[in-house]
Amino acid sequence: MTAPFRLPGRGLVDQGTDLEFSFDGRRYTGHPGDTLASALLANGVHRVATGIAYRRPRGIMSAGVEEPSALVQIEEPFPEPMLQATTVELYAGLVARGPAGRGRLATAADPARYDAVHAHCDLLVVGAGPAGLLAALAGARDGQRVVLVDDQPRPGGSLLGTAERVDGLPGPEWAAGVVAELAALPDVRVLSRTTAFGHYDDDFVLALERRTDHLGFDAPAGTSRQRVWRLRARRTVVATGAHERPLVFPDNDRPGIMLAGAARTYLHRYGVLTGRQAVVFTTDDSAYAAATDLVDAGVTVAAVVDARTTVPEAWAEQCARRGIEIRAGEVVTGTSGSERITRAHTAPYAGGRLHGPRRGVDCDLLLVSGGWNPVAHLYSHARGALHYDPARGAFLPTGDLPNLRVAGAANGRATLADCLADGAQAADAPASTRASIPVSAPVPATEPVPDQTPGLVLWSVPDPAETDGGEPRPRFVDLQRDATVADVLRATGAGLRSVEHVKRYTTIGTAHDQGRTSGVIASGIVADALGADIATLGTTTFRPPYTPVAFAALAGRDRGALFDPVRVTPLHAWHTAHGAEFENVGQWKRPRCYPRPGESMDRAVLRECRAAREGVALMDGSTLGKVSVQGPDAGELLDRLYTNLISTLKPGAARYGVMCGVDGMVLDDGTVIRVAEEEFLLTTTTGNAAKILDWMEEWLQTEWPHLRVTLTSVTDHWVTVPLVGPDSRAVLAAVAPDLDVANAAFPFMTWRDATVAGIPARICRISFSGELAYEVNVRGWEGPRLWEALIAAGEPYGITPYGTETMHVLRAEKGYPIIGQDTDGTVTPQDLGLGWAVSRKKPDFIGKRSFTRAENLRPDRKQLVGLLPEDPSLRLPEGAQLIATAAVPAPPVPMLGHVTSSYRSAALGRTFALALVKAGRERIGDTLYAPLEEGVHPVRITDPVLYDKEGTRRDG
Amino acid sequence: MTADQLARVAITETPRLTQLSLRLDPAGSSSAPVAAVLGARLPTAPCTWAAAPEADLLWLGPDEWLLLAPPDTADLAPSLRHAIAPHFGTVTDVSSQRTAFDLTGPGAPDLLAHGCAIDLHPRSSPTGTCVQTLLAQTGVTLLVLDDAPQAPTLRLLVRTSFAPYLRSWLGDVASGT
Repeated sequence: MTAPFRLPGRGLVDQGTDLEFSFDGRRYTGHPGDTLASALLANGVHRVATGIAYRRPRGIMSAGVEEPSALVQIEEPFPEPMLQATTVELYAGLVARGPAGRGRLATAADPARYDAVHAHCDLLVVGAGPAGLLAALAGARDGQRVVLVDDQPRPGGSLLGTAERVDGLPGPEWAAGVVAELAALPDVRVLSRTTAFGHYDDDFVLALERRTDHLGFDAPAGTSRQRVWRLRARRTVVATGAHERPLVFPDNDRPGIMLAGAARTYLHRYGVLTGRQAVVFTTDDSAYAAATDLVDAGVTVAAVVDARTTVPEAWAEQCARRGIEIRAGEVVTGTSGSERITRAHTAPYAGGRLHGPRRGVDCDLLLVSGGWNPVAHLYSHARGALHYDPARGAFLPTGDLPNLRVAGAANGRATLADCLADGAQAADAPASTRASIPVSAPVPATEPVPDQTPGLVLWSVPDPAETDGGEPRPRFVDLQRDATVADVLRATGAGLRSVEHVKRYTTIGTAHDQGRTSGVIASGIVADALGADIATLGTTTFRPPYTPVAFAALAGRDRGALFDPVRVTPLHAWHTAHGAEFENVGQWKRPRCYPRPGESMDRAVLRECRAAREGVALMDGSTLGKVSVQGPDAGELLDRLYTNLISTLKPGAARYGVMCGVDGMVLDDGTVIRVAEEEFLLTTTTGNAAKILDWMEEWLQTEWPHLRVTLTSVTDHWVTVPLVGPDSRAVLAAVAPDLDVANAAFPFMTWRDATVAGIPARICRISFSGELAYEVNVRGWEGPRLWEALIAAGEPYGITPYGTETMHVLRAEKGYPIIGQDTDGTVTPQDLGLGWAVSRKKPDFIGKRSFTRAENLRPDRKQLVGLLPEDPSLRLPEGAQLIATAAVPAPPVPMLGHVTSSYRSAALGRTFALALVKAGRERIGDTLYAPLEEGVHPVRITDPVLYDKEGTRRDG
Repeated sequence: MTADQLARVAITETPRLTQLSLRLDPAGSSSAPVAAVLGARLPTAPCTWAAAPEADLLWLGPDEWLLLAPPDTADLAPSLRHAIAPHFGTVTDVSSQRTAFDLTGPGAPDLLAHGCAIDLHPRSSPTGTCVQTLLAQTGVTLLVLDDAPQAPTLRLLVRTSFAPYLRSWLGDVASGT
């Protein structure tokens, strides 16, 4: 069935195929090639939305991305708010409605896939209209790598909406031929449905390709819905055309009021009549083509209202031949109608004022044309300067940028022939880099057009109420924001002089369309109101994105499991297979504990702790950061970076070390082993590995480049397995028969190379638990074999794998701080009780000077202490504050400190905690109070070392 | 490039390569004895690699190379250390620090383009290219082993701990774009 306003056989839509869709609960039919807007107009539907502030009926103003009012909510296939009906391609089963102002986001997760692709080219052409096509053709024929992007489903740009012929062919046919030639070349990529939405530094352009939106329910699952193209081009040609400017007059927002060029596009591209009886209101020549085309298609044009007193002769003749009345020197001063315009009122106009009586004319369509704004957004993003052209009332690009040219209508060219000629040479490099042979394409022939008559710049038609004392009517500047001329005048009346300030005061240009139809007009109205020159006022700044881009598209694949890289060790498969609960440490997944079936985490941790203290246990410590430091000056570098002396370490020995920032605050800690005279290996905390390597490189490269040292990350090279507990020596002896594990032969804080389970290994006698312990290091891929061998050898001893939670409990029982948990960047080594690790002999090291700052010597600094809650079953929450009294005083409550680590201890048979407390060491033995939600709990301050203070367990 | 072509990119892991980080002054006295050990001079052109009889030599910086040799090439590191001495230069075994993925097939450069900003067109990245860059959210060293348009081969060296992420990401791209 043909819709009532569809012309059979006209347009580029496939009228042989019907697409059923629903809008505002009613069913309609459209065709492939339609937009939602063109399909609605074909069915005679003009009112599609409701104004956000005044709830006035709103229609379809344009035929493209400049649409200010026809915002729709898609309900099916997947809810999406605030889309322009003029850019939604129609598909079968589409369910949409016209919301009142605001849309609705889906509550369900978006099932679509999103993608990103990087692409590189010699020449990027934005826009496949007449100028862009010729620029791309010139570059492609020259053998350049060319990317041509265009936001429409088919090439041609403006040619799709006019009846103009190129080289004797209908415009769309000519465009399709050019694209066919381009697409056949190996290094040319043509992207349709792709909007270049931002130009960034270094000629980087982002473009959004809509790949399956137009397929609706038939979108294939494996294909991304949208793709962000990350384009890097040596040169860019911006051939993005121009947007027609509406005219501002009383009641200029009624459905049925439309840009003249849009009506022409609906006729030629979609075969749709936008009304039966039209009035055309214009200030320049281009609307005449719309008027005559519409009459030729069967529309009655009741009048062309031309604000200019001098009407173009050739067009006057064309109108006369068709019986169109021209009201020269008149303007539209108001409209009637509610759901749709029914009548336009005109009056003579001269010198900025209305003269003489109003006359009405019946119509169901009012076409407006106030001139054309070049689409210079990408040029502006690239910091191109716009200048005002008073003849057109438009801001035009000012010359080429080093690697960017604007061509065609975007460059202010008004006719097809001029656009083609401009595009044909736009691919050529700018003069400074010009090759000997210019890169250009032959300019195809076009039909003659009448000479242009200068347009009239008319920012707003006066409201007759100003002179006749009637009720003022709203003159809308920004239809989406419901902002009027009165709002602009209120802004200038309040003293605002900058268009940027007026924009923010009135919200004009802040909607989805970013002021495409309203921005320049607002500048003009401000200029008129202030008596200023619009050329100096300028326009508001164009910023990316040119059109709205969904966050999902920007996120691309970085969602779900790929949101952030997950780092794992070579032992990860074993952990997973043995029921580990994992903890995120930076990007790493670390086993937190290994609960047995039915076992709670608390019980699992108690069991693991007991095994480590009474038998033998092992963990995966591979995530520790590891840096190989080599060179004759390696010891010197480490002496400067650590607070303690490293260079005196003997090969074969290990030492604990603390690093501070220049402020004297603890940055990281770890162990250092001396591998050879000129080689050290240090460890960092898991989360700090990259930061510490950067820190070391920064000092080495920028402050001490003369030191002969190299730094190499070997974090992933080694699998590190701490083997802990009184039985660890026996287990190690079983798998390392050639190693003398006796305490005297292999003492604490030394390391040995040995064969463990047939694998070359480096074993360090270091302990983060206070127990006898060995840290076995092998190359990563040997890790699983080592682990299995240790498990097997430990079986007679009940060897138990343990996770980070147990590690934390064991070290906390010994009062060993974890940097980043028990510290927060305001804690010195002395605060932690690590004063013994701060050298008094070294002439200098990072942080040394800060230790003598008065602030760092205050006796009431927060110091690390142990806490024993009076209730031995109470595990204090980490972060709990500590106060002096059992009753919470009136605020502000003096806070004495806070809990940094808190656990249940198998060894102590009770709960305990570590805390940073003001003058904490002086308070040992005192009672403080932890106010929690359910009550205030007394806690006793203790030495941070709560287990084996004498260190008797270290050697087994 | 169709999804089908991307799916047909062969991705194989080449584990346990002997990998050595070599740091020395290329203008210094150890340069010639090192070249004698390797059978070729170290490449000094940025972002390149060169095949030598004893190892592939990857330029990572003005004084830094990564050497790739077959698994268990145990004698290379001692020979290099011997050649460098008594001058300043270091050799570090990093064999297990990274693993190698080789991507082969006409779609391989396009597959990587979904997460890698490097221009892999043979005109920009011919055989012999070696760059350190980001692929999706992980750092990689990317080598163009062969730029033949019909069967290009690219090698990715990635930190071992990031390898499962990279494998998932490559699978996600191959499963749909």
